[in-house]
Amino acid sequence: MMYDGSKILLGLVIFLIAVTFPFWFSWVNEKSGFVPEPKLPEGEESCVESAEYMKALHMDLLNQWRNAVVRDGRRVYVSSSGNRYEISLTGTCLGCHSNKAEFCDQCHDYVGANPFCWDCHVDTSVSRGEGK
Amino acid sequence: MNVLVSFIIVIFLVLLAIVGVQLGGLYILFGAVLPYVAIALFLGGLTYRVVSWARAPVPFRIPTTCGQQKSLPWIKSSRLDNPHDGVGVLGRMALEVLLFRSLFRNSRTELKEGSNKVVFGPDKWLWMGALLFHYSFLVIFVRHMRFFSEHVPSLTLLLQGLDGFFQVGVPVVYMTSFMFLVAVTYLFARRIISPMVRYISLPADYFPLFLLLGIGTTGVLLRHIFKTDVVGVKELGMGLLSFSPVASPDLHYLFYVHLFLVTVLIAYFPFSKLVHMAGVFLSPTRNLANNNRERRHVNPWDYPVKVHTYQEYEEEFRDKMIKVGIPVEKE
Repeated sequence: MMYDGSKILLGLVIFLIAVTFPFWFSWVNEKSGFVPEPKLPEGEESCVESAEYMKALHMDLLNQWRNAVVRDGRRVYVSSSGNRYEISLTGTCLGCHSNKAEFCDQCHDYVGANPFCWDCHVDTSVSRGEGK
Repeated sequence: MNVLVSFIIVIFLVLLAIVGVQLGGLYILFGAVLPYVAIALFLGGLTYRVVSWARAPVPFRIPTTCGQQKSLPWIKSSRLDNPHDGVGVLGRMALEVLLFRSLFRNSRTELKEGSNKVVFGPDKWLWMGALLFHYSFLVIFVRHMRFFSEHVPSLTLLLQGLDGFFQVGVPVVYMTSFMFLVAVTYLFARRIISPMVRYISLPADYFPLFLLLGIGTTGVLLRHIFKTDVVGVKELGMGLLSFSPVASPDLHYLFYVHLFLVTVLIAYFPFSKLVHMAGVFLSPTRNLANNNRERRHVNPWDYPVKVHTYQEYEEEFRDKMIKVGIPVEKE
């Protein structure tokens, strides 16, 4: 026997539907099995640092690069393996990873990361007419 | 002592996750089995609690009243503090649930140093701390949906944008992360500093605070210091949700500590004071309209009680009462 049962059960059902949102949302979107596939540049052996380092800490590196160029005027980066690279998002990064939509956006969209690189930098694949 | 017990339990939980993952390699246990158990306990436990509350009869209207009751049309009644109908109750509940009005009314009683005067004053600190804690927790919860839904909901993206408005650091610092830690620290310090509050604080009060502090700290560390592979985290989350869990040994062990503490929180939720999330809606002292004088409320378990009225009593003992000189109604 429940008192005010209909009201309480209605509230309970609404809560249960809301709280199980993650369980049904992606399923409704038919995207439960979605895995991002960043397209790696062909013909390139390695990035400026190791793949593990880049995967976890590329944002740190880019932040250091920005500070080095904008605040200190340094334009050369010496990597841990001793190679020298020009510090440039458009020149160096996008030189290999030429398509933002197929590389950067894959993971960034997946985890809802919205970096502010592109507030200033131009997406060269768009200016070349290749990107979206 | 109560503080220490709760602290040791939380430290033990942290170590348990580290040992389990680092030495035991129990990725599936900590990454899938325990979260599933916790979610089942949470949903089942909460439903059980709510249904058991619903089964408790509330035959009469017992709201706590803080204003003039509705009576004659020319007496102004306080509709929110002493609601007489559903609309008033809805307003009262909304203020309680969304703005913690009863905490806002909190007052403090002090004996002034030097003089023997008792002083009453407002005390808004708990209200502010609670508001800060609950709302930052809500924002953090909604923000975390980026790990549990594909595509990421627009509300999550909107809140992320607002929360990281100042764009400090990469990844950007979210204001609510630190507001949350400050609020939980305040709620803890409040129990320690005031001797009165400390006296009535139990392990069940400290434990959730330490747990939340642990969750917040590991969360901030994972975002800003140890920087886990968030794509791997989302793959784990999505694997859980689509009932095809994956073992992710590459993730930082602190992530598993974070996940395990959240698992414990979820499982602990329905069986502790935290269930006030549901209970606040079912408080009869707040969700009932004060219409006791307008409407007749019949006790649902009214039983035909055998009564012995005075008339019957006098009928039975009249001679004896007259004999000893006790006045009777009917000679």
